[in-house]
Amino acid sequence: MGFFLETLLGGLMTGMLYSLIALGFVLIFKASGVFNFAQGSMVLFAALAMARFAEWLPHWTGLSNKFLVNALALLVALAIMIVVAWLIERLVLGKLVNQEGIALLMATLGVAYFLDGFGQVLFGSDIYKLDVGMPKDPVIVLDKVLPGGVLVSLEDLIAAGVAAALVALLAVFFQKTSTGRALRAVADDHQAAQAIGIRLSRIWVIVWSVAGFVAIVAGIIWGSKLGVQFSLSLVALKALPVVILGGLTSVPGAIVGGLLIGVGEKLSEVYIGPYLGGGIEIWFAYVLALLFLLVRPQGLFGEKIIDRV
Amino acid sequence: MSARQVGDIILAVDDISLAFGGVKALTGISFDVREHEVRAIIGPNGAGKSSLLNCINGVYTPQKGRIRFRNESFAQMSPHRAAVMGIARTFQNLALFKGMSVLDNIMTGRSLRMRSNLLWQAIRIGPAQREELEHREFVEKIIDFLEIQAYRKTPVGRLPYGLQKRVDLGRALAMEPVMLLLDEPMAGMNLEEKQDMCRFILDVNDEFGTTIVLIEHDMGVVMDISDRVVVLDYGRKIGDGTPDDVRNNRDVIDAYLGTTH
Amino acid sequence: MLYRENGQFKTNYRADQQIFPILQDRIGIAIVLLIAFVLVPLTAPEYLLRAILIPFLILSLAALGLNILVGYCGQISLGTGAFMAVGAYAAYNFQARIDGFPLLLSLLCGGLCATLVGVAFGIPSLRIKGLYLAVATLAAQFFVDWAFLRIKWLTNDSTSGSVSVAGLQIFGLRIESPEQKYLFCLAIVAVFALGAKNLVRGAIGREWMAIRDMDVAASVIGIRPMYAKLTAFAVSSFIVGVAGALWGFVYLGTWEPAAFSIDRSFQLLFMVIIGGLGSIMGSFFGAAFIVVLPIVLDNLPYWFGIPVDTALASHLTFMIFGSLIVFFLIVEPHGIARLWSTAKEKLRLWPFPH
Repeated sequence: MGFFLETLLGGLMTGMLYSLIALGFVLIFKASGVFNFAQGSMVLFAALAMARFAEWLPHWTGLSNKFLVNALALLVALAIMIVVAWLIERLVLGKLVNQEGIALLMATLGVAYFLDGFGQVLFGSDIYKLDVGMPKDPVIVLDKVLPGGVLVSLEDLIAAGVAAALVALLAVFFQKTSTGRALRAVADDHQAAQAIGIRLSRIWVIVWSVAGFVAIVAGIIWGSKLGVQFSLSLVALKALPVVILGGLTSVPGAIVGGLLIGVGEKLSEVYIGPYLGGGIEIWFAYVLALLFLLVRPQGLFGEKIIDRV
Repeated sequence: MSARQVGDIILAVDDISLAFGGVKALTGISFDVREHEVRAIIGPNGAGKSSLLNCINGVYTPQKGRIRFRNESFAQMSPHRAAVMGIARTFQNLALFKGMSVLDNIMTGRSLRMRSNLLWQAIRIGPAQREELEHREFVEKIIDFLEIQAYRKTPVGRLPYGLQKRVDLGRALAMEPVMLLLDEPMAGMNLEEKQDMCRFILDVNDEFGTTIVLIEHDMGVVMDISDRVVVLDYGRKIGDGTPDDVRNNRDVIDAYLGTTH
Repeated sequence: MLYRENGQFKTNYRADQQIFPILQDRIGIAIVLLIAFVLVPLTAPEYLLRAILIPFLILSLAALGLNILVGYCGQISLGTGAFMAVGAYAAYNFQARIDGFPLLLSLLCGGLCATLVGVAFGIPSLRIKGLYLAVATLAAQFFVDWAFLRIKWLTNDSTSGSVSVAGLQIFGLRIESPEQKYLFCLAIVAVFALGAKNLVRGAIGREWMAIRDMDVAASVIGIRPMYAKLTAFAVSSFIVGVAGALWGFVYLGTWEPAAFSIDRSFQLLFMVIIGGLGSIMGSFFGAAFIVVLPIVLDNLPYWFGIPVDTALASHLTFMIFGSLIVFFLIVEPHGIARLWSTAKEKLRLWPFPH
């Protein structure tokens, strides 16, 4: 039983990390109808920026207070992501506005490849440590209830907390602020939004910057756990099934989808995997998404897709 | 007016109701269409005319009611089924295949009659080649009829609107339909183009006996070429009869002039 | 001046429907075939054959298959690598398990197995499209990746899915030297290209394009979306499967599942986009581009005298690929094939400006 709980918790934690990346997808899709294949690469880019600047800043400025260095690196990374967002809007999105969805999808794929290469050219391609002071030692809980207790990683718990806070922040942003309202208007109808004076290009830069910020948070958490390396952008491909499950237009859906996928993966690997030869984690999420697509394509919380003639 | 003798009832729409969520597009519509006649459907914008056409050829499924076509009665129709039974249609917003030429677009109308399998098509000698040439000849007749010979290899996206409408009609004609549903075939045309289109429609009705059901806003055209007219307003039928009957119908006049009910 | 069609009038539909109705085009293609079948094997250096032409031919074939699905029928697929893998491993099983099984038959059977898998994973396309379909095809990619790694029976009980073939021969002729391999691939690609061209300009091709352009209107005319989509998946997977078998048998000799990973799928998709969606010739252009570009990038610094280490070169390749994809999508979404036909249009008027 203890083992089951550990697996479950492990799955929930991994799922939370997927959700963080999926959040970026949902944000961009909600506001611009673009599916951003480059989200994973953005996470990697952001994480690389953060890791390297955290390394370089002490050399350049002589600061040694870890908290200050990390905070400064975070600000630099954020600034970089805003510039990246602006460039993507100007050079890519703005030029492809009147083309069909498949073209935009391919374009973000191109951006993904570009960012992957560029990030490694700028920041290097080794594995980098990202130390934001996360506790590394696991903690044993519930040892009075279950024999041996349950092993829980404090780092993962904090990550989950951060993710939850981020979602709450985003929810407030969308519902209560005027920029959030503008974003929702744009998501609903580009032309109508323009008709009331909302500048599409400005909105898109804001959205991609917010997505960039989410990418930084995701990058920090993943990077702190696994080290910042190229395979991070491959992990991001996993976020695709997450948004399919949760619904492309739903922020809470990204969380629920992520948790479901994370838990599903871990549990199926442990309990079903041995019968199938192991390693089913590589396809479990996708096959689950496939089944959802056949039965309920809009996901758990997404809007129903209507095809009008 | 159709020069042919109008025949028996070929299409009967029986108490059709259609709703999208909370929006009631059609409520309790019933009317019939006789073979070889030209039947017009008119009404203000949003009256449900296109939705009605969509129900007849299976693009939408009504929540209530049945459709009887040629002695077979349906609660549900599918577009493919309608095509097989001989119903063809054109679309208000032109549903042409933008990536293909005029010739290819009209050739797609022959799809139901193309039988050769993939292997023969890949080799393209023998049955597949013969079939392709046969259907090409038929389609060329339609191209001649619609006077668009000069454009046959042009991608349809590059043609002016009026010509695109002709291609849309041509594609429907290629199906050799028993009944032709035309959704605002003359929208956006000038006087000359309208005259051409009327001529084509009447020729088709005359030569092939095709039953025509058309949605049209131009009252002149409606009064001139149709045998009978159905009037819709807010999803309900408010008039049904010859053009003269409908012209003098109080409800119809009110609907068009916008008197509150 | 050179490219004038004056005087070339067609007097029957048969003549009008030729693949190359313009005489200059027919001469051009004859010259290309002559060079390809005769000149190249006699004169090309081994490196050119081995490292450039053979992979170019095989990847063109795979791109051709993918183009049918994505370019002509409008169904997006990110699982092409998986279908290549199925073709390769299935062909291997036929070849290895049945003594004396003819090579050509193994390749074709490999293709047929890929067809079955392709149709199975194409069934979702009946209900979903665009991005959602892309995710569904990813399921195919990763599932097949795993299957050939873990299910021993599929790989004739080899460890970690690594298999190899040797001693290829057809009708008693050996296929060992680069020239022989090249001619073998060339022949197969030529036959498939002709077949594909006939399909896309015939009835089924029109059905595919109708579904791509407007599937509701297509069903109104009597085209069955299910039949059209599944045949697209079937034909496409067959061609991709044969290409996969060729890749394994002729180019690699020894391979494992990683040879057909998602990177391969992306690579093929890039070929099709850059070369030209919905164009047979475009598949060849795209393949040529993608095969030649890394080689150029690797050697360019040396030609300019600037030493560049391989890691940096590979990062730069990523960046250039990415920018080129975006560039083509913005400037010429129909790819090199459209640039080519625009150039030909200009050539018809040359030396006049319009």
